[in-house]
Amino acid sequence: MSEVLPPLPPDTSDSLAVLEKTRSTAETFGIPLAVLLEITHRCPLQCPYCSNPVELDRSGKELTTDEWKKVLSELAEIGVLQVHFSGGEPTARKDLVELVKHASDVGLYTNLITSAVLLTRERLGELADAGLCHVQISFQGIEDGLADRVAGYKGGHQKKLDAARWTRELDLPLTVNAVMHRQNLHQLPDIIQMSLDLDADRLEVANVQYYGWALKNRAALMPTVAQLDACTDIVEDARERLKGRLTIDYVVPDYYALRPKKCMGGWGRQFFNISPAGKVLPCHAAESITGLDFLSVRSNHSIAWIWQNSEAFNRYRGTGWMKEPCKSCDFREIDFGGCRCQAFALTGDAANTDPACALSPLHETIFKQAEREAAGETSRFLYRNFAGGTLEAGDDA
Amino acid sequence: MAGPRHISVSEASRPVLPRHAKLKYDETRKVWVILAPERVLAPDEIAVEVLQLCDGKRSVGDVSDQLAAKYAAPREAILADVIAMLQDLADKGFLTEAREKTP
Repeated sequence: MSEVLPPLPPDTSDSLAVLEKTRSTAETFGIPLAVLLEITHRCPLQCPYCSNPVELDRSGKELTTDEWKKVLSELAEIGVLQVHFSGGEPTARKDLVELVKHASDVGLYTNLITSAVLLTRERLGELADAGLCHVQISFQGIEDGLADRVAGYKGGHQKKLDAARWTRELDLPLTVNAVMHRQNLHQLPDIIQMSLDLDADRLEVANVQYYGWALKNRAALMPTVAQLDACTDIVEDARERLKGRLTIDYVVPDYYALRPKKCMGGWGRQFFNISPAGKVLPCHAAESITGLDFLSVRSNHSIAWIWQNSEAFNRYRGTGWMKEPCKSCDFREIDFGGCRCQAFALTGDAANTDPACALSPLHETIFKQAEREAAGETSRFLYRNFAGGTLEAGDDA
Repeated sequence: MAGPRHISVSEASRPVLPRHAKLKYDETRKVWVILAPERVLAPDEIAVEVLQLCDGKRSVGDVSDQLAAKYAAPREAILADVIAMLQDLADKGFLTEAREKTP
């Protein structure tokens, strides 16, 4: 079995500590430094690994402009420092410039997480003028054929390249986000080169995490152990070679690991996101866990109250909820038992140990299944859409 | 357009935080922070003082002169510390250099 170690924590020198690290013991949870705002689930792309829930919020349920502005003001007041405008595709909201302007006005650092296919140079300029601090563009590959097929959107790859160039022309910092899986991992060296050619500051090499849409598409996406080992080598080599030129963040798929990931830094410890309909969630996949009641910003509770006191946030916070083998495990405050959504999806109980952990009774089964699927013939995607998904045309190779 | 990213900090450099790294006092946590994409850094007091002087006009030498005078400390030692701190920040991608505007 191949052991994939989690990425190293960010380097901390004497004078520059990463703030989270100064405040992490099991039961403490301050207001998160950064919050993910999924302002819409609408998106022209149909990526088969989309991190949105399978049950998408329709546009009629989305918070209004005024409601989002109120959310932004409230976040700034309680001590949130950064907001990520995400989706769906955030630029599908006509009021995005207005929302970014408001966020800047209340002192928030703003990041746009976008597919970029709806952007024009003019609109990007307006966003820059509104105070946007950073742009992150997703790429599905390095050439039209594969990239447009994965996204289920013809012409998308070229539009992304255009938008990335405009981003740098406007002197905005650029992150290239590359979601990796069996069908595009062979392009990783070229994706690194593309990031350099686009003058990106940062590259996220994010292997697919298998919940929601990605779980439905696991057989078409799961990499082989050999692919993953090669990927890790390529990233490590590039990190060393490009130090100071390109920062590379690396997320490994946890099925092949021995230890589960510290998902979200632990449930309700460092992170929350807000869904298009205004629900305050411990992670973007949390609604896949049934039986939890997530409160909305439209409820009569403040966001800080929901974060600190709501039943859903407290259910898996800290270590008190754990069963064996987590309960007596030496690593319980290191990984917090892995990912609750994955535990729920694969075992039916979110309080079970994440099967990504070698101590889970299901680990071996899951690992074998991943290996089998990675070696399998399935390559057709189930595309993400509001209709519950559409199977790609054609036959499996 | 932005120039080359990787800068080598010297006495003559005139460094400044790039647009995507913002130095801010966090009222809630009562601490100075540098906000950057997906990262929040917590510079110590000395780093904050240095960064507040790095406006893209002053050189690293100027900054060191000012700090040496203020703390009545040997300039050489201060200069070495300032360069080390700024180079560390530059290596992380959070420092740029002011350059002449091309007409």
